[in-house]
Amino acid sequence: MGDNLMGKTAVMEGMAENPALRAVLSWKPEALVDAKFDRGELTLTIAADQIRAAAATVQAAGYNAFEDMTAVDWHPAEPRFQLSYHIVSHPFKERIRLRVMLGGDAPTVESITPVWPAANFYEREVFDLFGINFEGHPNQRRIMMPDDWQGHPLRKDYPVEGYR
Amino acid sequence: MSNPLGMPVLEPASGAHDQHMVLNLGPQHPSMHGVLRLVVEIDGEIVVRLYPEIGYLHTGIEKTCEAKFYHQVVPLTDRIDYLSPMANNLCYALAVERLLELEIPPKAQWLRVLLAELTRLNSHLIWLGTHAMDIGALTVFLYTFREREEILRIFEGLSGQRMMTSYIRIGGLAMEPPLDFIARVQGFIKSFPEKIDEYANLLTGNPIFRNRLQGVGILSAKDAIALGVTGPNMRGSGVDFDLRRDMPYSGYEKFQFKVPIAIEGDCWARYLIRLQEMRESVGIIQQALDGMPEGEIKADAPKIVLPDREKMKTQMEALIHHFKIVTEGFAVPAGEVYQGIESPRGQMGYYVVSDGTAKPYRVHMRNPSFPTLQALETMCKGRMLADVVAVVGSIDIVLGEIDR
Repeated sequence: MGDNLMGKTAVMEGMAENPALRAVLSWKPEALVDAKFDRGELTLTIAADQIRAAAATVQAAGYNAFEDMTAVDWHPAEPRFQLSYHIVSHPFKERIRLRVMLGGDAPTVESITPVWPAANFYEREVFDLFGINFEGHPNQRRIMMPDDWQGHPLRKDYPVEGYR
Repeated sequence: MSNPLGMPVLEPASGAHDQHMVLNLGPQHPSMHGVLRLVVEIDGEIVVRLYPEIGYLHTGIEKTCEAKFYHQVVPLTDRIDYLSPMANNLCYALAVERLLELEIPPKAQWLRVLLAELTRLNSHLIWLGTHAMDIGALTVFLYTFREREEILRIFEGLSGQRMMTSYIRIGGLAMEPPLDFIARVQGFIKSFPEKIDEYANLLTGNPIFRNRLQGVGILSAKDAIALGVTGPNMRGSGVDFDLRRDMPYSGYEKFQFKVPIAIEGDCWARYLIRLQEMRESVGIIQQALDGMPEGEIKADAPKIVLPDREKMKTQMEALIHHFKIVTEGFAVPAGEVYQGIESPRGQMGYYVVSDGTAKPYRVHMRNPSFPTLQALETMCKGRMLADVVAVVGSIDIVLGEIDR
């Protein structure tokens, strides 16, 4: 575990050999908005409209297995939603996190289900519990809550005990 | 499409033949391992389409975590996967410890490995018993539960609880194990390999069991990775990856063990792999017992780890710390951590986000059963309806961790 690196330039200098970072930079440097290396985990922040292509890029670079995807609601701050994709590489035996920041007003992002079918349930879960739309998702329905449920329970403005 | 109850309408896909029928399996069905509902479209007895409807056990644990102190989340993690509570405790504790950058004493690490492997045995025993029962071999269930009982008694001696142990805490373990703990675990694993032979005798050579599993529910390595299948199910398809060996945590790098692999990708391969994993777990437990270091079982962090009762009643400082931790919790530095471990069912991960306060800002659990369910259609398509039961049994899902 090396030292923490904060910010895009620090990571680009300190981890130039990282295959994921190299792949993203050689594909489209402007898609990389920010980066950090904190507590042994590399986070690459990707422009919101580039996530599907970025996912395909890191997949081709050897990060073959989609592991997890979820959202964090930073309400009332803007941009409000943070999407975190965790992708593990079997050949390199390491994990990266792709991050996308989304505004709170009608949040929409490209679905990565065409790249990794495994993201299907995860995107449905985020759609259900956070109300984020995934463009190009094959079956965007609620997964945990009933189909006629009002609201999105994991948003911070949804009370823990529910509406009474 | 939804009706007033919020249930999808049971209709064959458009363009389907008139003789297609849509059948509802579950949520209350003895072979569905809890409250899984499968909507199956069949042509005669052949499965044409299948999709799982989940959420019947959704309890909002992730939301509840946001309203609790970091310590108070530990008992919630037990209840996610109630068949392998220690794996969930461990994963959560490791994630928070990385946020806090806490050093865990070696004895606690070794005990954690030992307990994680005992939990794996516990979980695999339930899987084997219920899987065989689904296929119609009822006897094995009685045998596996006999052994599981001894594991639960060991857990009860440790933590006072048989299932919801909450024994692995942030910064170490809840308390010293009882005096007879080592002898008891030693006694159990001494006799356990014979018991595995006993199960193998009952099942491996049994032509009915074999015919129900061999060539059924085939999942290719490519599909397994694409659909997010992990753990024994993925290794049954020939993907050689195990977090314990490849991305070690909690001191697993100090243990020697083999990772069993099969290439067939059918239910039979998954059965053989789990039997082999049980044997490997016994080996890991033996190494943990033999090399158990001396020392503390809690990290030296009085503001985070609850003091012993003895100290609390004799030392002023300890009493103050205890009061503070219980009433206000402890602040965790802002940041985010994703900690993955190899649970009995596959890769489990806890994603913990802290905003610098005493309550987690967000806790997300990546549970192996949830993505595994996505592969069910691939495994069952084109097979007989009765094979669905065999496949659901062989992928070893727990609905508690799917719905959370």
